[in-house]
Amino acid sequence: MKKFTLGAGTLAVGAAIVLSGCGGREQTAQNGDSGTTAATGAPSSGIELTGAGATFPYPIYSKWFDAYKMAKGTAVNYQSVGSGAGIKQLKAKTVDFGASDAPLKDKDLKEMPSEVLHIPTVAGAVVLAYNLPDVKGLKLDGPTIADIFLGKIKKWNDPKIAALNTGLKLPDTPFTIAHRSDGSGTTYLFTNYLEAVSPEWKTKVGSGKSVQWPVGLGGKGNDGVTGVIKSPGGFGYVELTYALENGLSYASVKNNAGKFVEPSAESTTAAAKGALEAVKKDVRAPIMNAAGEGAYPIAGFTYILAYKKMDDPKKAAALKDLLHWAMKDGEKMAPELHYAALPDELVAINEKAIDSIQ
Amino acid sequence: MVAESFENAPPRAAASAKEPIRREGFSLSHLVESGFYWGTAFFAGLVLLITVLIAFQLWRTSLPAIHAFGWKFLTTSTWDPVADVYGAWPFIYGTLMSSFLALLLAVPIGVGTAVFLAELSPKWMRTPLSFMVELLAAVPSVVYGLWGVLVMVPALRPFQSWLSEHFSSIPLFVGAPMGYSMMAGGLILAIMILPFITAISREVIKAVPPTQREAAFGLGATHWEAIKGPILKSARSGIIGAIILGLARALGETMAITMVIGNGNGANISLLAPANTLSSALANQFAEASGQQVSALMYLALVLFGITIVVNAMARFLIWRMARDLGRAA
Amino acid sequence: MSNQSQKSITLTPSPSLMMRRKLANTLMFGGASLATFIAVVPLLLVLYYITVRGFSALNANFFLHAQKPPDDVTGGMKHAILGTLMIIGIASCLGLPCGVLGGIYLSEFGKNRFGAAVRFAADVLNGIPSIVIGIFIYAVAILPLKNPHFSAWAGGLALGVMMFPTIMRTTEEILKLVPISLREGALALGDTHWHSILKVVLSTARGGVITGILLAIARISGETAPLLFTALGNSGVNLNPNRPTASLPKAIYDFATNPSDYWHLLAWGGSLVLVAMILVLSIAARYFTANRLGESN
Repeated sequence: MKKFTLGAGTLAVGAAIVLSGCGGREQTAQNGDSGTTAATGAPSSGIELTGAGATFPYPIYSKWFDAYKMAKGTAVNYQSVGSGAGIKQLKAKTVDFGASDAPLKDKDLKEMPSEVLHIPTVAGAVVLAYNLPDVKGLKLDGPTIADIFLGKIKKWNDPKIAALNTGLKLPDTPFTIAHRSDGSGTTYLFTNYLEAVSPEWKTKVGSGKSVQWPVGLGGKGNDGVTGVIKSPGGFGYVELTYALENGLSYASVKNNAGKFVEPSAESTTAAAKGALEAVKKDVRAPIMNAAGEGAYPIAGFTYILAYKKMDDPKKAAALKDLLHWAMKDGEKMAPELHYAALPDELVAINEKAIDSIQ
Repeated sequence: MVAESFENAPPRAAASAKEPIRREGFSLSHLVESGFYWGTAFFAGLVLLITVLIAFQLWRTSLPAIHAFGWKFLTTSTWDPVADVYGAWPFIYGTLMSSFLALLLAVPIGVGTAVFLAELSPKWMRTPLSFMVELLAAVPSVVYGLWGVLVMVPALRPFQSWLSEHFSSIPLFVGAPMGYSMMAGGLILAIMILPFITAISREVIKAVPPTQREAAFGLGATHWEAIKGPILKSARSGIIGAIILGLARALGETMAITMVIGNGNGANISLLAPANTLSSALANQFAEASGQQVSALMYLALVLFGITIVVNAMARFLIWRMARDLGRAA
Repeated sequence: MSNQSQKSITLTPSPSLMMRRKLANTLMFGGASLATFIAVVPLLLVLYYITVRGFSALNANFFLHAQKPPDDVTGGMKHAILGTLMIIGIASCLGLPCGVLGGIYLSEFGKNRFGAAVRFAADVLNGIPSIVIGIFIYAVAILPLKNPHFSAWAGGLALGVMMFPTIMRTTEEILKLVPISLREGALALGDTHWHSILKVVLSTARGGVITGILLAIARISGETAPLLFTALGNSGVNLNPNRPTASLPKAIYDFATNPSDYWHLLAWGGSLVLVAMILVLSIAARYFTANRLGESN
């Protein structure tokens, strides 16, 4: 008698996968990698902080939180789900802190359940990357970039580009323009810049995390855009860290002082310094087109968002400790991963804000 | 309406079993029997409940956009998050067109492969091939997408430039050969649903009792006639079921198509132009959306929900008509 | 065409008709073989790519370490492998019995309007983009909690909801193919209806039902979108289903979209492991359900 052979069979199928699932339930509520958790003396008692938000700082946060766990024993779980989603989760209180590449507007701040603090952590730059095998050291200025993205300049050897690049031999190739198809802080920074340098862009398109692009192909994420940029005649905007790690060629851009500046961690920190007066008044102030000869014009901060008054005092203490650590030890790690560290003045402002968390 | 037919179900069900079991009074086996019936009915009903709840949830969250844009949403082509003006037509077109292309390629190839695997293939090929097909249904969407970007799109570029050079009089093949295009989207969908259609069709063909095939051979039919006649006929509803499952996956597929379709605005008849689908718009924008944009995106999801309903209804109608015609011919 | 040839069977076939039928035979089989070839080439390419790219990522670190910073080449995917097993386990605990039992209902009792409605709902549910299911579970199973938090439970629930209609519909299609004579035989021997379904019908259709289950597990195991706002993700190893939990697809996605070369390598390795997991599962299923009567796979 083949009794219930199917039952047995299905059980067998399920066994492998189900074992882990059901087995997991029998585990006591122990978190973290059991191998490495037995770290040094820690203020935590099994506290795990959860954060979610921007993808741009994910590599550096991953490094910070790993080092922090080694040093202090508190596990921090940061997940990159996008800035907007991070803000939503903070609002729904499913996470302990959020992270965003774009600061909250006054109106959005009012809609949060209680007061939210912005802590700028590192700065980043948006670079204009291109794929022209024989062209090195391209120079561009704001109005030209805007005209390319408006579709008014169609070919690489356009007189407007040639005028900025005397001595460069530009090919008669049409642009393959790449933009982000997903909403992103990178697009937010870039379109804000275009809006600042081109009145036509301001009236026709505007700025935001996603906009209605007049021309171009959309790629999802920096990697998607990079894929399109690698097409013949490709041109698009990506984060500096991404361009550096992927060996893309990128343009120098004319800044507020009339100098062509190459994007780099240093020129981004210079931009943060150049905008310090405004940032002192409100950390949400933009730092694009900042003053200073060495300042790269398309730059911005990324922020950690936290409630000033948290529900769980233990978690509040843990988050304060984490953020203080990040300002003191974390900032030093930024250049290794091509992020721009904060100027010291801004670190001091942050320390004060962190102290106010309860 | 549904509840009413639910009440009627047990007697009909008993009638559907050829020899209804009638036992007097309450016996244990009677209890088990009705417990079994209601148990399975409960789980079947659960699907209905979940679907209705999801529809309700979508409708509720898309209400602001429904109020703001109404039916015009379906026919307008602006998608401007800055000005908060939204229209869904390019996405609707993109979803329908890419799924259509995918079926056009995957159905003949998939069913052909299933016939080959179930009927023709030498034994040494059968097991590894069947295995591979099932395995490929397991490859994550992201991986298909990566493969599409790194291998398929560059390979498409020369083909597309050949098309646009020689056939640019046909509106389908107008435009710059950039690789990222509706064509790439349809192709990656076809590759992705192929294992589904093949694996299920093969099972269905194999499940046809051997007596049917033997009878056909006995009547002097060639091998193909034996397949075409009795086997494909009894397996037809299952094969169509497999195709619907494939179509459902194509309509809802997100990551892979987002990576290769180019995410361009506007509904363009050319297969070389970049396009967008409902689900790719959702995947692209949901994480960063706020305010009205969220409800416009939910409205998109609701539209996709509607399309799925219409497509399914059409497929069902086709099956019903085929069954009726068959009944008449017999 | 078909009428013509059917008629001809009863008559004495003329030589030219015979030729034509043989030609049709050859043509159609040529077509089927060609279709197989066309299908196999891109599929082989995909498999080849995953294997070649993924293999170089696999070493002890890959399996024994959790996520490390992008510039640390000892990082691994342990957290994601365990997390995915746990989430798929939960999803299967929910989706598998629901799907099979629902499928039994549809094939055995479902010839009524309720059955038609269920069938319809299942097909619609199959076509809903997975991100919508994630958003739905977020709205009904996370936000209403007193202390809203992400968890493997919620992730498993979302994936279970996705498995449910797939398993149900494939189970139904396969069970419907079991000949009525078999059921009648069991009933005539005095078996009860439910027992005959379980014993005769299900064991005959076993292979197909398991294929359906595997396809469903295969489909959900690669899903990222429904996990984003349910299981969230975790950079460390977590075995408590009530906490945010990592999964292979989410980790693959995170790693693939970030600039680090080492993370890209991990992403390919993760893809290979995911496919290999399905392979092992598939072999196990075939081994444990091998029909003693000698039916070929």
